[in-house]
Formats: sequence, structure tokens, C-alpha cells
Amino acid sequence: MGETSQTFEQLITRLDAIVKQMEQGNVPLEQALALFKEGTELVQKCSGMLDSAELQVVRLMKSADGSPAETEFVRDE
Amino acid sequence: MSVENKIYEVSQINEYIKSMLDSDELLGSVCVRGELSNYKIYPSGHHYFTMKDAEGSLRCVMFRGNALRLRFRPENGMKVLAMGRVTVFPRDGAYQLYCTELSPDGVGDLYVAFEQLKQKLAAEGLFSPERKKPLPVYPHRIAIITSGAGAAVMDMLRILGKRYPLSKVMILPVRVQGAEAPAEIAGAIRYANRWKIADVILTGRGGGSMEDLWAFNDERVARAIFESDIPVVSAVGHEPDVTISDFVADLRAATPSNGAELVTPDQNDLRAQLLHDQARMGTAMNRLIKSSRQTLSALSSKRVLQSPVNYLEDKRMQLDYSHKQLIAASRQLLANKRQGFIRLTSALDAMSPLKVLGRGYSIVKGESGSVIQSASEVSLGQRIHVRMRQGSLVAAVEQIQEENSDG
Repeated sequence: MGETSQTFEQLITRLDAIVKQMEQGNVPLEQALALFKEGTELVQKCSGMLDSAELQVVRLMKSADGSPAETEFVRDE
Repeated sequence: MSVENKIYEVSQINEYIKSMLDSDELLGSVCVRGELSNYKIYPSGHHYFTMKDAEGSLRCVMFRGNALRLRFRPENGMKVLAMGRVTVFPRDGAYQLYCTELSPDGVGDLYVAFEQLKQKLAAEGLFSPERKKPLPVYPHRIAIITSGAGAAVMDMLRILGKRYPLSKVMILPVRVQGAEAPAEIAGAIRYANRWKIADVILTGRGGGSMEDLWAFNDERVARAIFESDIPVVSAVGHEPDVTISDFVADLRAATPSNGAELVTPDQNDLRAQLLHDQARMGTAMNRLIKSSRQTLSALSSKRVLQSPVNYLEDKRMQLDYSHKQLIAASRQLLANKRQGFIRLTSALDAMSPLKVLGRGYSIVKGESGSVIQSASEVSLGQRIHVRMRQGSLVAAVEQIQEENSDG
């Protein structure tokens, strides 16, 4: 997931908190500007994640010791 | 017929036959297969019909209470299984089947098994709404437990990729029909839990006959779903198909594609949400800037900001006034102190011993300088110092006259 290990869910959750905090209104202007900047970056980051994402599909097989092993998924015929 | 034979009334014969039939164990609870004909529903709500096969027919009645529980609409020509008891209706002298349950033939056995398992599991609380787990909103890993060969898995992958390509899909291929299927499906669900391989499990298969879907009516599958810590979505067959898995799962999907929709957010919605969030932040920011500007203009209308020089002059005048006050106060203080001093020195003057000497008295002191207050303090020939208003003497004592100091 690129340079950050933060998940889409974490980013969206943070963005949601920022929007709510800004809408509450009683935020000093300087802090609001910082929030706006952070929020805008989050929007861009999330959009970017969606743009570049490609569904990963693996077939899970039980290996010799019982643990799951990922293999390529090819449709059975 | 011999004359000794007893003569019976019609109703007596009918009653006799009825009692014979009623005492028969088989006829008391019987399941009959046949084809429906002459099906009529009376205004009373009772259903009257005839069941036929190639050789014969059987009159049947189903009373309103039982008829209300029918799960399908009976039609003439339909092959059915009818449960009930056979007895005589004395008024007509005809025996008939008093039908309590009617089900389409072919799925009959499965239908009964399905209903029995459903009732049993419902009684155990496997379907209770409070046991349902919420699905993750943004699933990282989605486990799909289905056939690796069917159209269902491809449908699900297509929908998942289109809606939420951020997730990773783990496919656990299993057989979904046949004798091995229930154990494989249940095993895969338990395996997924043991290794915590996903945030949500999607299990199911494409459409088919009731027999084809039967693995998802298996008790082993139902219990594996119930015991799963990972939320399970059941996606079996087509919309009208209902399985035990659907009841026990945390969420029922109408089809495999619908299952894929239910476990993921749609990226189109997410993009719209992101735009909306951006707009909301913009609106909030504008409002904050506007209110800050208002605060600023309210402040700047104050005198100090409009004309700092005037403000300073005001302050300087205030300072000057305070300075004058301070000087006046300190002068007053000084005058007060001076008057107090004059009063005190004149009081002191009045008490001065010099004033007493002025009136003609003298002070006599011994050689040690202490004041002599009694004749007994001195001896003959002792030198004493006498201090008068003007000048002083040193004298010698020539005579002592003691007086009783108490006298």
C-alpha cells in the first residue's frame, strides 16, 4: 500500500473526524487551516488508493503443517 | 342372510365402519402420494379435493386451520404428498383422507427434513438476531468458500473488483454439492476461523434444484456458520431459494453476486463521499474565515486600533493626572507628620526635668550618678552632686536627719 502502512479505513476514519471537528466550529483559525490541509491530503490519498487498487485474489491451500498457503487462483475446469 | 341376523340401521353400520377404521394404526397417520384433481376451496376456508393415481381415487378434505399453513398453491394435476388420517364421514357413508399437511411430491422428503432442522435450530437459538455479528465496513480480507469451478466465484470476483479493489480475496475451494460437500464447507469455515484468514466470509453457490443446494441445509454447515467468529454471509442460489445457512448466517444474500455487494462498500459511493467531505471542509473553512473576519472588524472598530496616537495621549494624560495626585498626597502626608512631631515635642517639653528645676527644685545625685531619694542612702562626709536650674555643686554631707519614710 505504498509509503504508508495506514489502511484505507484508518484514513477514512481520520477524515471523518476532521470534517466533524471543523463543522463543530469552535476551532481556532490556525488549527482549522491545519485540519483543512490534513483533510484535503487525506481525500487525495484515499482517491489515489482507489485509483491504483487492483483486487488481489489468491487461492488458499492447506500446507503440510496445516497452515494456510497462498497460491495463484486459476478457475477450476 | 338368515332371519336370526340382527338388523342394523344405516347410521349404525356407518358408525361401526368408522370405529373399525379409527382403530386401525396405519390409517390413523398415513402419507399418501397422488395427483390432485377437482381441487375446491369453500367459503368456509376448507379445501376439498381428490387424489388419484392410475388405478383409483381418494376423496380428501383439508380444514381451514391446516390449509392456512400451506406453503404452496395446490393445483389440479400436481403431484403431491398428503399427510393425515383416513376415516368415515358418516353422513355420506364415504371414507376420506382428513389431510393435515400437503407438500409437492419430489421434494417431499427434503422438505420435511428442512422443516425439522429449521425448527430444531431455531429452538436452540441459532437464528436469533442478537447473535448476528456486524460486517466490517471496509474489509481487508474476504474469504470466499465455494466451488472453484462454478460461475458463482467468477461473479463474486467481478463484483468485488468493481466495488472495492482494496481488499484481498482468499478463495477456499470446496465441493458445494454431493455427499462430501457439507463436511468440506463446514471444514473450510472452521479452518478460516482457526487461522483468522479473513474479516468476513462469503459462502454459497449458484442456483440449482433443491437437491443441488442441499449442502447449505446441512446441520454441520449451519453449526460451523453459527460458531464462526468471523461474520458469515450466506449467498446461495437465486432470490427465492432459502436455505438453513441463510437463517443462521449473519447476513443473507439473495445470490452470490448480491453477497459480494453486501460485504463491500462501493468505490463510487466512496469517491462521492470523499468529494462530499472535501466540500464540507471547504464550507466549514469558509465559515470559520468569515466569522474570524467579523471578529477582526469588531475589534478594529475600537478607538485604540483606529487611532493609536489618541490612545497614547489619553494614557499620557491619565499618567500626568496620577502623577499630580501622587505629589499632592505625599505633601499632605508630610504635613501631617510634621504637625504630629510638634505636638509630641511640646508634650515632651512639659515633662522635662529642666522645667521642674525652673520652679526652684534641685536634683541630688551620689558619686555613682544615681539620684538620692532618701537621707539613709548617704553617709557623713560623702560627696554629693546637686543640680539646680542654673549650675551645679559638689558638696559634702555634714549632718543626716532620717525621717520615717512611712511617716
